[in-house]
Parts: sequence; C-alpha cells; structure tokens
Amino acid sequence: MSATHDDHHHGPSWLAHHFFTPIQQFDAAKLGMWAFLAQEILFFAGLFVAYGIYRTWYPESFSVGSHMLDWRWGGLNTCVLLFSSLTAALAVRSAQLGEKKKTSMLLLITIACAFGFMIIKYIEYSHKIHLGILPAKFFLCPGFECVPPEGAAALEHWNQAKGEAMSEIATAVGASYQGEGIPFHLRSFFGIYFIMTGLHGLHVVIGIGILFWIWRRNERGEFGPEHFTAVDIAALYWHLVDLIWIFLFPLLYLID
Amino acid sequence: MTVAEAEVSHDGIHDPHADLGDAGNYLKATKGWKTWAFTLDHKRIGMMYLASVIVAFLVGGIMALLVRTELAHAGETIMEADMYNQVFTLHGAIMVFLFIIPSIPAALGNFFLPIMLGTKDVAFPRLNLGSFYIYVFGTAFTVIAIVAGHVDTGWTFYTPYSARADNSVIWMTMGVFILGFSSILTGVNFIATVHKMRAPGIHWRRLPLFIWGIYATAVIQVLATPVLAITLLLLTMEKTLSMGIFDPALGGDPVLFQHFFWFYSHPAVYIMILPGMAVVNELIATFSQRKIFGYMFVAMSSVALALLGFLVWGHHMFTSGMSEYSTMVFSALTFLVAIPSGVKVFNWVATLYEGSISFASPMKYALGFLVLFTIGGLTGVFLGILSIDIHLHDTYFVVAHFHYVMVGGTVFGFVGGLHYWWPKMTGKMYSERVANIAFWLVFVGFNVTFFSQFILGSRGMPRRYYDYLDQFQPLHMASSGGAYIIGIGFTIMGVMFVRSWFNGEKAPPNPWASAGYEWMTTSPPHPHNFAIDPVMKRGPYDYHLCTEEELWDGFPEDFVPSDR
Repeated sequence: MSATHDDHHHGPSWLAHHFFTPIQQFDAAKLGMWAFLAQEILFFAGLFVAYGIYRTWYPESFSVGSHMLDWRWGGLNTCVLLFSSLTAALAVRSAQLGEKKKTSMLLLITIACAFGFMIIKYIEYSHKIHLGILPAKFFLCPGFECVPPEGAAALEHWNQAKGEAMSEIATAVGASYQGEGIPFHLRSFFGIYFIMTGLHGLHVVIGIGILFWIWRRNERGEFGPEHFTAVDIAALYWHLVDLIWIFLFPLLYLID
Repeated sequence: MTVAEAEVSHDGIHDPHADLGDAGNYLKATKGWKTWAFTLDHKRIGMMYLASVIVAFLVGGIMALLVRTELAHAGETIMEADMYNQVFTLHGAIMVFLFIIPSIPAALGNFFLPIMLGTKDVAFPRLNLGSFYIYVFGTAFTVIAIVAGHVDTGWTFYTPYSARADNSVIWMTMGVFILGFSSILTGVNFIATVHKMRAPGIHWRRLPLFIWGIYATAVIQVLATPVLAITLLLLTMEKTLSMGIFDPALGGDPVLFQHFFWFYSHPAVYIMILPGMAVVNELIATFSQRKIFGYMFVAMSSVALALLGFLVWGHHMFTSGMSEYSTMVFSALTFLVAIPSGVKVFNWVATLYEGSISFASPMKYALGFLVLFTIGGLTGVFLGILSIDIHLHDTYFVVAHFHYVMVGGTVFGFVGGLHYWWPKMTGKMYSERVANIAFWLVFVGFNVTFFSQFILGSRGMPRRYYDYLDQFQPLHMASSGGAYIIGIGFTIMGVMFVRSWFNGEKAPPNPWASAGYEWMTTSPPHPHNFAIDPVMKRGPYDYHLCTEEELWDGFPEDFVPSDR
C-alpha cells in the first residue's frame, strides 16, 4: 500500500480514504453501531424505570390497564417482529454470500413485516382513540374531544364511544381486582403506554426508511462478500427494535 | 510494501515538514464558504465548533456579568427580580449546554483526537459534520426560547415549578434534547475512532492521556445523555398532557424528576471536568519535559471517574427527601470520587518533581488548574458529608464549589489547551506577554469572585436569591468586582487571539519542544494531518527516546519570537 497521500484512490471504491483496510472500516462501523445501540437502550431505560416506579405505586391501575390491551394483537405483533428479525439476519447472510436477489427479497419481507406491525398498531391505536382511552389529559375524551360536541348526531356518536369505553373499563376492572369505579391512575398507565409504544413505533418507522435505503443500495449492486457493512449494521438496528418490543409486550399486555 | 518501508524508501523525497504551500495547509487547501460548510475534515469541523462555543461563552459571560452587577448591591440594582431569574437561568443553561459540554471534546477533541492517533480523520466524518449541525439546530431552539419566551427555572428545570412555568420551557428543553444528540453522536464517533483508527505503534499504553480523558468522556456522553433526553421528553409530556409522573396532585413525584435529571447531570459533571483534566496532562508533560508519572494510573483514574460518576447522583438530593439509608450510601460513594481525583493530582505534582519546568502561558493555566481544582475538589468532600451538607445545601458555598471545578477546572483546561494548541491550529504565534497579563487577571479575578462566595455560603447566603441581608454586602461587592476583573482578562485574551490570527508570527511545527504526536506534523497541519502516514516508535511522553531534532522547538538559536 502506498504510504503517501496522492489524490489517486487505493483499494476498492467503497473504502473511505481515511481507512487503511476494509476490515478496519467494517470494524469501526460495527463498533460505532454497538455504541449507538447502548445509547438507545439507555434512552428506553428511562421509560422502563418510570414504568417500574409507577407500577409499584399504583398496581391496580396497571392491572386494569393491561386487561384493556388485547394480548392477541400484541402477541401477533411479537410474532411479526420476531419473524422480521429472522429475515433481517438471513439478509445479512445472503449479502455475505453475494446472493443479491435473495438479499433484496429478504429485505423486502423485513420491510413488509415492519409495515404489518405498524398496521396492527394502527388498528389498536385507532380503536383506543375512538373510545377516548388516551393519555392523561385526554383520558375519556373520544377522538380527543373532552367536551360533548354540538349537534345531535355527533353527540350521540360521542356518547356511544364513551359508553363503550366505560364498559371496557368496567370489564377490565371486573377481570382484575373486582373493585368498583375507574382507578384514577389508569390515565397515567395509558400515558406510559402511548409514550413507550409511540417511541417504539417511531423507531420502527425509521427502521423502514433505513431498510428501504439498504434495499435500494443492494439493488444498485453495492454489496457483496467483501462489502456488506451497511446491511449488517442496519440489521443490528432492526434487532434492537425487535428486542425493545420483546420487553414492551409482556410489561404492558401480559403482566396482570 | 509496508508503511515503514515506504517511509524509508521515500526518505529524502517526502520530508514530513516540507513546505507544500497552500495544499499542505488545511485552512487554505480549498477555498470558499462551501468547502467549510460541507467539509468532512475533522479539523475544520473542530474550528467551527471552536467558534461556536466561544460565541456561547461570550453570551454566557455577559449574562454572568449582568447577574453579578445586579447582586453588587442589595435590592434592585439594574433589573427587576423577574428579569434576574431569567438572566441567571440563561447564564447556567448557556454555559452548561452550549459551552462547557461541547467546549473541549467537540472543539479541541475534534481537532486533535485524530491527529494524536496518527490517523487522517475520525471514524465517521459525515456523522461528525452532522453532529455539528445538530448542535447548531439545538442552539437555534434555545435562542428561540430566550428571545420569544420567559425561561426562569434555572438550568436544572426542576419540577413542579418547570411543569407550571411558561411554555417557552418546552422550547428550551427541546433545544437541550437536540443538543444532547449532538453530544451522543460525537461520543459514538470518538469511541469508534479511539478503538479502530490508531496509527501503527500507538497501542493502549502509548495513547496520549488527552485521548484517554476524551475517551472516558465519550463513554459517559453515550451512556448518560439519552437519560436526559427521555427526562426532558417526560417533562414535555407532563407540561402538554398533564401526565402525572412528576405532579403530586396527579399521583406523581417531583423528586423522581430530580433522580432522573441527576442520573444524567452528575455524569455530565464528569463530561465537563474529564476533558479539562485531559488537557492538563498534555500541558504538564510538555512544560516539564517529562513522562507523566504513573501513566497507567492517570489513564485508569479517568475511566474510574467515568464509572463512579454514574453512582453518585443522589448527593444532589440529600435534602430533597430520600431515605436516610440511601443518603448514607450515596455519601459513601461520593467519597470514593476523591480517590481517582487524588491519584491525578498527586501524579501531576510528581511529574513536576525534577522536571525541566517552563512557565509559558499554557503551563500557567495548568498550574492554575492544579490549585483551583484541588480547592474545588476538597470543598466537594465537605458537601458529600451528610451533616455539613444540610447546612451548606443550596447556598453560595455550592455555587463557589462548582465554579472552582467548572471554571477553575474545565475553563482553565480549555483556555490552557487553546493557548497550547493555538500555534498548531492556526499556524500563528500569539504574544506571550499579553497572554501572561490575561492569565493573571483571570486567575486573580476568579479567586476574588468565588472565594468570597465560599465565605458567603458558609455564612448562609442562599443561592439564586435576588436580594440579601446587609451583612452580606461587602462580600457580594467583592465578588462582583472580581467578575469584572475576569471579564477584562478574557477581553484582553480575545483581542490577543484575534491579533494573532491576523498578524501573528508564523509558528514552527513544534514551538513548545513537545514529544506529543500532534507536534510531529506541520503548523497548521496538512489536510490529511500528516504528509506521510506515521508509524509511532515511541510513546507521546518518551522524552528520553526523542531525538534532538524531534524536540527542536523550531526556532533558530539566535531567534526568539517577540515577547516569548
């Protein structure tokens, strides 16, 4: 290797000028991604601590809250994400083997799963918004409307949604601690629920963007057995998104 | 052909100090504002950070002078109480988030980390430029909050007040949230660079101690800052949605906010002081012409401080309502911090012993650091003692303590480093005589300002108060007078650097006769840092292994630059 810095490039075109070898470039990218993932975990850790503390203070509200989330939708989403993690890992493998078409297909399946996750989340969210089971200030405000709307039809619609919400809460209360009325801190449970799943959802959306970008680069033939760094670190990110959901699902949906 | 062979076979053709004209000068290699705005060169990014943090320091400094002017006399002096609350908040927030945190790592660190590792750039140059623009973007939010709003919560944004205060607090916290990501990405970049980009010959035991300090800082930046981000996000939710996490009326707990906040902000204190210590290592080694005593202990004490920083946040809250067992544990852990700090101070002093000491201006700042940091550190031990903290909590004693550490420590480290590396960064010398005048003004002014605050605090003057009893009048007056002396000192220093930038004498590659790696290249450095990829055959403090040529200060024997 030439030791002088002539403007002519040495090595393959994707080797940045400040690296000596492809291995060095790969290692740096991978280490940087792990450091970034550590940051992501600490970011969510703050929310997990808030969850833990609030849960200890108000267990009955959390019990009722978890009964109001449908574990079947959550479970389905868990399967969808776990499967997408598998396809992401397989995409790295096929990129390493230089199987360009297979890599593209696996990336597209991963992206499709990510969309599937968001669609299921949309179904869950829109139901909650319709009934007004919303965070904090908007709790029991169907469609974010806290005062009964004007107009007979709209008012009837609003009352119906609110009635449905009340009966859902009553069912959940009956199923958990057999008490009476609405536990006050249910509003905060849904605050925590929407922040945690919302931030996770944001990560899924960003993940869709990243995976799509990787897919485009793969289509252009940028990756091969020598150079698959971007596929690898995108998959690392995607596994983290999956991992966080693996914790969110039992904490929010399953624990009574 | 290996790099080393290339060096031998090209001997005589590629002189590392050969004058390549503008092509060999990163400042002039390319021209036009676009080559700066879209540069991927860590040196140019470092210079842009340097300009930004100096502007922030200027604004924060003006705020400080306004606060001290108001406090020169009891009662209203130049502004109303409400205005005063905003001014001290802005002083704190600007100095912490816009100046101290990015000062050494993002400005000096960006510039020198790759050079001291003998590499061409940081691991991720585009990310590096990105984090600079994220910093600018975050600053814009903060400026909006200042101009359009009414932020008077103090830089700590404590609930419940911050949850009820003016909504411009949201702009401010969003600004800090964004600035945090700039800090995180810089940290990620530096970690990868230190691990993977070291030149052949730089193994971990040859890593310059500046790098060790910046590395430990980067670890804290990556692990602590996201917690602040989520805390500020929760505060925003609290304000917009009445979440009830920090509001007791809704079943929350304001002390929880303090736990969250200090879980970041105590490590952040080490984000601020570790880089200052990192610079001092280089200054003491160079101006004593000696290897740092107990190199590995000093290196590991940085790592130890980074780790301990995560375990002591509770000592900010001894009087806020914690169980007495928690306070005992936090107090005991706080004392542990004294060990790595002591290791550093004693090793620096041991380095000076039998060294060939020069009292050039950067060294004066390093020695100033030793004195002021020791005072700041020892008064920290007072505050870690539970019974004494009850008396001193939220008094001027605390204010004086952290200014001794943050200003006497970090700012002295930053300014010392700026003097030390100025010839390398700009290729120009500055007037040593003026630098000395500025140093003494800043040093004396600093002690007048803040030593009087130790006395004020121990006599019970509470911090942040707008008004005070007559008995505190003389010491407040002294403190305000000292602040103006500091202001004059920094103004003289600023003028000196501006004059040097335009009219300074040309700096040789190694004006301080240092063995450090960064002095092996030209001043200002080549766009690729070194004209030839370096292979390091000795450590950065191995003065006994240096050739005379390597330690040549670059000035002919009969020529001494003016005032030097």
